[in-house]
Amino acid sequence: MDLFGVPITALMAQLMIGLVNGCFYAVLSLGLAVIFGMLHVINFTHGAMFMLGALLSWAGLHYFNINYWVMLVMAPLIVGAFGILLERLFLRRVYHLDYLYGLLLTLGLTLIIEGAVRSAYGVSGRPYGPPPIAGVTNLGFLMLPNYRLWVIVASLLVCGATWFMIERTRLGAYLRAATENASLVEAFGVNVPMMVSLTFGFGVALAAFAGVLAAPVMQVSALTGQTLIVIVFAVVVIGGMGSILGTVVTGIGLGLVEALTKVYYPEASSMVMFLVMVLVLMVRPNGLFGGGE
Amino acid sequence: MSGTPALVLDNVRAWYGESLVLQGVDFQVLPGEAVTLLGRNGAGRTTTLRAILGLTGRRQGSIRVFGEETLGQPTYRIARHGIGYCPEERGIFASLSCEENLKLPPLFDNGSPGLSLDEIYQLFPNLAERRHSPGKALSGGEQQMLALARILRTGAKLLLLDEISEGLAPVIVDTLGEAIRALRSRGYTILLVEQNFHFAAALCDRLLFMEHGRIIETLTPVQLEDQADRVSRLLSV
Repeated sequence: MDLFGVPITALMAQLMIGLVNGCFYAVLSLGLAVIFGMLHVINFTHGAMFMLGALLSWAGLHYFNINYWVMLVMAPLIVGAFGILLERLFLRRVYHLDYLYGLLLTLGLTLIIEGAVRSAYGVSGRPYGPPPIAGVTNLGFLMLPNYRLWVIVASLLVCGATWFMIERTRLGAYLRAATENASLVEAFGVNVPMMVSLTFGFGVALAAFAGVLAAPVMQVSALTGQTLIVIVFAVVVIGGMGSILGTVVTGIGLGLVEALTKVYYPEASSMVMFLVMVLVLMVRPNGLFGGGE
Repeated sequence: MSGTPALVLDNVRAWYGESLVLQGVDFQVLPGEAVTLLGRNGAGRTTTLRAILGLTGRRQGSIRVFGEETLGQPTYRIARHGIGYCPEERGIFASLSCEENLKLPPLFDNGSPGLSLDEIYQLFPNLAERRHSPGKALSGGEQQMLALARILRTGAKLLLLDEISEGLAPVIVDTLGEAIRALRSRGYTILLVEQNFHFAAALCDRLLFMEHGRIIETLTPVQLEDQADRVSRLLSV
């Protein structure tokens, strides 16, 4: 059976791959959007944090024989702590300046982090080895590796938990309020500076979590994050800063769009996101789910 | 304990960037007192409230809240001495519902119970009707009531209220006046910034006039009536 000249099974296979990629985009852009909402910093280090998560996961396994599941918890914690350190030492100094300074600062930090990793490990990819979940599931139209199924489930769980935390808890209410007017929330007696640190730590921990998830399916290298960060920026711009759900839906949607393009017109697959971005911005300058500002 | 003023400002100077806005402000407010800052726009009244909370730039002098020096402290610590702040722009969070706004400020750990939600809704019945509406859908009057109401739950004992009567219909101003009287009878200490001195005089014990970042005159409401000419000169543009 064909759909516009492509066998249904081939199409579904690509869509599943697109769904997995979309999950990575969703988790990454979620962290980026949360950080931007709270800190008003466009965090360029996000790709490097993703790479650090993947690298830590690889290094844990190869040097210390620490298994994947432990690193899935440890790597985000380590990267989150590293993020909090960066926020306290550097980012805190640029909040009162134009967005551009935050962007330049985090770009500089990215170059340092990636440079350090490159000089230690080179740029060639390191294979993680066999994924921690073996086997394949027969979906009828497609034999899907169980590990990829896990990536989808884990990403959706993390996105759901983040949504719950921000939209349904007291801490989340502080966060949403501080996004609108941080100094007033602080005047109510909330320790906003600490909340800002923790938000940055949490955002980059999400990136590291995505990195650990990605390690077994992508090659781990110093430059792993570079290609992703540009796409993730596009996701955040297209989705708009308005809602968590919007960011997640946009991330997954763009993964699928990219996959479809690979099927029907592979030459355009690496630029289709940016085409979508241009079209969306022409119609809705604040993004699909964005509010004002 | 009753001898300790709720608030003491001692030669307070405060800057916004390079410009010196408060040029040596001195006054105190006793527990249970209500005091109003009057003055022209730009005299430094709002800045005085913001300086108390550490929301300006650099500050000098001494600001004691219930006896504790707060000058070196970050804003959130100053607030925890028991301050409730209602800013001029009201600061209702648009993305939170009315009740979420009301419940947002954390309760202070100072042993003084604030009003319960029921008591607050009794004071402002409009808010009970609108409790599930998003903050951005509330009218100006409702927003002002909410801005005042949400600092009453926390156990704050010193309320800093900036221009709460500004731009509101007379019936709403009356409601707010009633609320302030009710709060005074419950022992709250109140520092008002007002443009409308008729509103203020009916509610407070003393009126302080500010000019060029200093207090230049202190009057009681009774003196205010006797010196109506001088007062209108002090406030005229």
